[in-house]
Amino acid sequence: MSKYLITIGLETHVHLKTCTKMFCGCSTEFGSEPNTNVCPVCLGYPGALPVMNREAVKQCVIAGLMLGCEINHISTFDRKNYFYPDMSKNYQTTQQELPLCVGGGVTIDTPAGARLIRIHHIHQEEDAGKIIHYARHSGVDFNRCGMPLMEIVSEPDLTSPDEAMAYLHNLRQILVYAGVSECNLEEGNMRSDVNISVRPEGQAELGTRVEIKNMNTFKGIHAALKYEIERQLYVVRSGGRLVQETRRWESELGETQPMRTKENAHDYRYFPEPDLVPVVLSKDTVEEWRSALPELPAARRERMVREYNIPEYDAGVLADEKPNADFFEAAAAICGEAKILSNWFMTDVMCLISESGLTIEQCALTPGALAGLISLVTQGVINGPTAKELLPELFRQGGDPTALVESRGLAQVSDCGALQSYVDEVFAAHGRSVADFLAGKKAAAGFLTGQVMKLSQGKADPKVVNQMIAKKFAELS
Amino acid sequence: MGLNIDVAYVAELARIALTAEETKLFQAQLESIVGYVNKISTLNLEGVQPTMHGQVSTNFFREDVVRPSLSRSQALANAPMRTESEFKLPKIVEDS
Amino acid sequence: MEDIALLTVAATLRGLKNREFSSVELSQALLNCIDAKDGQLQAYLKVDADYILKQAATADQRRAAGDDAPLLGLPIALKDVINVKGEGCSCASRMMEGYRSPFDATVAAKLRAAGVVFAGRTNMDEFAMGSSTESSAFQVTRNPHNLECVPGGSSGGSAAAVAGGEAIAALGTDTGGSIRQPASFCGCVGLKPSYGRVSRHGVAAYASSLDQVGPLTKSVEDAAILLRELAGYDPNDGTTLDIAVPDYASQLTGNMQGVRIGLPREYFIEGSDPEVTAAVLSAVEACRAAGAEIVDLSLPHTEYAIAVYYILANAEASANLARFDGVRYGHQTAAPGSVYDLYANSRAEGFGAEVKRRIILGTYVLSSGYYDAYYGKAQRARTLIREDYTRAFESCDVMMTPVAPTAAYKIGAATQDLLKIYLGDVFTVPASLAGICGISLPCGSTTDGLPIGLQVLGPAFGESRILSVAHAYEKIRDGR
Repeated sequence: MSKYLITIGLETHVHLKTCTKMFCGCSTEFGSEPNTNVCPVCLGYPGALPVMNREAVKQCVIAGLMLGCEINHISTFDRKNYFYPDMSKNYQTTQQELPLCVGGGVTIDTPAGARLIRIHHIHQEEDAGKIIHYARHSGVDFNRCGMPLMEIVSEPDLTSPDEAMAYLHNLRQILVYAGVSECNLEEGNMRSDVNISVRPEGQAELGTRVEIKNMNTFKGIHAALKYEIERQLYVVRSGGRLVQETRRWESELGETQPMRTKENAHDYRYFPEPDLVPVVLSKDTVEEWRSALPELPAARRERMVREYNIPEYDAGVLADEKPNADFFEAAAAICGEAKILSNWFMTDVMCLISESGLTIEQCALTPGALAGLISLVTQGVINGPTAKELLPELFRQGGDPTALVESRGLAQVSDCGALQSYVDEVFAAHGRSVADFLAGKKAAAGFLTGQVMKLSQGKADPKVVNQMIAKKFAELS
Repeated sequence: MGLNIDVAYVAELARIALTAEETKLFQAQLESIVGYVNKISTLNLEGVQPTMHGQVSTNFFREDVVRPSLSRSQALANAPMRTESEFKLPKIVEDS
Repeated sequence: MEDIALLTVAATLRGLKNREFSSVELSQALLNCIDAKDGQLQAYLKVDADYILKQAATADQRRAAGDDAPLLGLPIALKDVINVKGEGCSCASRMMEGYRSPFDATVAAKLRAAGVVFAGRTNMDEFAMGSSTESSAFQVTRNPHNLECVPGGSSGGSAAAVAGGEAIAALGTDTGGSIRQPASFCGCVGLKPSYGRVSRHGVAAYASSLDQVGPLTKSVEDAAILLRELAGYDPNDGTTLDIAVPDYASQLTGNMQGVRIGLPREYFIEGSDPEVTAAVLSAVEACRAAGAEIVDLSLPHTEYAIAVYYILANAEASANLARFDGVRYGHQTAAPGSVYDLYANSRAEGFGAEVKRRIILGTYVLSSGYYDAYYGKAQRARTLIREDYTRAFESCDVMMTPVAPTAAYKIGAATQDLLKIYLGDVFTVPASLAGICGISLPCGSTTDGLPIGLQVLGPAFGESRILSVAHAYEKIRDGR
């Protein structure tokens, strides 16, 4: 069987993190009641004019700088004409001729080593509204219509669904680091169209291109790509011909299906938007923004290793999600015990995150509380098991660990007088074990320690208890 | 005139249903108008920059500050078909 | 109170200020005029007497309370393309019957703040597409000087109302001559400001890169007074420029001495009615006699202007009018079976023939395979036309030209030959493409008694200059 090469390109639409829409002052708040964040501009009323959101432009440029793009000195907006009920003006304001950013790329790790997936350009545009389908009619909610988007168009540099995943993962990470988008997939903050083609090895020109539209989960994209590649390979291997078409991923069926599109669906009649004057970004402005760019994920990993003296593995896990890294660094600044903190975060905290389905930002745990909890352990105020019992409560309900320990009397008993009486009591009650130990059965000491801990209701410092027991035996022998 | 404007195709793009008579009438009228506007093809436009706007200015921005939206009843008031909360459409079956 | 037919903005403001009459009295007198005359003229689409009198009463109360807003109590008619909150805005189209606007256009908000009483909605060509007001879906407006004739267009209702004594002043919009040409046909003053001088926000768009709002008045001074209130930077319109708005009226010196008046050769051509050319040339001669210097000049790309205009304006219109789809507002076809039918049938039923024709033309010139040949070339040709004017204004202060090749024509006469109608815009369209300002004012009449207009053109943001020259000519013309 001859070998085939797979070519994948992605067009990723990302919601920017602005308070207002691209061209009007309506709120971008997610989850509002339908048609409550709308005005004459985003409803496409006659005479209503768009006015560009300065912050949206800045965020798009910052994304471009983070991704290594060139920023166009002059960029312009265009109208893309098509009728669809989710687009109130029946044209979309977008950028066709001169987008804000060109070039750049995202580095991914592949089995063959690191590779740059090139970005063709990033342009700015407005989102469409939402159509809701009912049994007998459809409804439109224009709350999302006019929200600022950037569309990041990759070169067709990807060769497998796994690479596409790696690209999206790293792209998302960089955009979150850039602070320009939440990239919240559930809220539809990041949606991708994918282009896929296959061609026999040795053939220079790309094969027939199929587009799969509007997918918003990484899992879905991976499955769709996998399915579509197999479908295309099956068609060409069995001597069939692929048609250039747009397909849709049907996640429930686990297959892509052709979308019925009108033959003129792509005659978009782009022309320059006369209502929006060009954006001119001076070199000074761009350099000023560049100098204030946030750290990239890779740089952060390196810095965390250096600064906190934690293993590369730890830095990788912590920095994968920016909010986690932010939390870790904030906590480390308070308690100083970076490695212990890292262990706690990677095991106990991340376990709570995955169990609860909350993010570190959504849960009640603060960096101060985690740092405090760890300090209580390292200073010997409480023991490890007590801390582990407290953590879930701090995660769900919040609170100050020191105050909790105090109010519930969880502090370790290190009062030697009290402990000595427990030790004496245990030695008196368990003469048999004492004898066993003296006869050489060293394991008996463990039993005795356990009994002392029990008497102390778990609050004794096991180290101190061990020392006291050893001392007592020394006296006895 | 050598022009052959596919009025039916263009009207479909523009979402205007035309009767057969209208199509025929517009065909003739448009060919005459397009025949006339074709005179710009005789101009030498090499190196001439396009004029895209009514005036020459750049960088007109709005700050990212929320302004009051319409109330939902205002937003829906002019809609010929609507529900309590949405603009109502015939059921969408086509994809595009 | 003077006869409404003669009452200027300046005189009205004086009368109101000196308490010679109240805004309510004035509005009532105006309503009486409309009642008496509009059955014939058909200039207004809607006159809501209660609404007008209520506003007038409010204005009178404001004045009684010491308010001194510059246009307090002044009734102004609006072309039915300007959104006023709570009011209709039909654009003279079936498409927009029953529509109620949820917002104020910036010009409406400014006039409201200045104390204006909105005095009725004037007829127009449907969506401002036309030159005779005959494409209105609702009625045919007649020329006050000859009821058989058109008032011009597309702001024909505004021009007829002002010239016919049914309005003190009115607002119109001008995309390729839609203020200047009806002013010329009806014998009143019409000012098209430079592109970017007056906000377009809330004014239903025909061609976004060309549309401007301006006043139709009985005198140049009135145009100056109103422009001051209309003009200026608008945070809601990204194409307005942040350039100071002068007190235009105070700059009307009446001085013609030393003014360099350019006469562009291409505007004095054989195709024009000789009576029109003669009237304009005699106006120019009168200016020369009063001390102006006449400069012969050429605007070589004038002959391409109509072609460029019809490509660009209609391309923009095809997108601007896409929003009228019967979903959020406007006409909706009965029981549409699909979204496609909803669109195609609502638009087929809602739009008249001229609007459909222009949308289809505009769609065609942008469609796949034709963009470069039409739209792309037209954009470049527009640059040449704009540069013609820039060069010409190096050797003159203003230009004087006819407004249209003919005076008003008979109703129904020209609807057969579209191209001829389109070519009638030949003297107004180039200035629109160049984004410069122009004013039309009466300079005589034909032997049939129809008004002839003189167009005074100035460079971008040269409104003070054209108003001053036009005012000086007005004085000469009236022997003042």
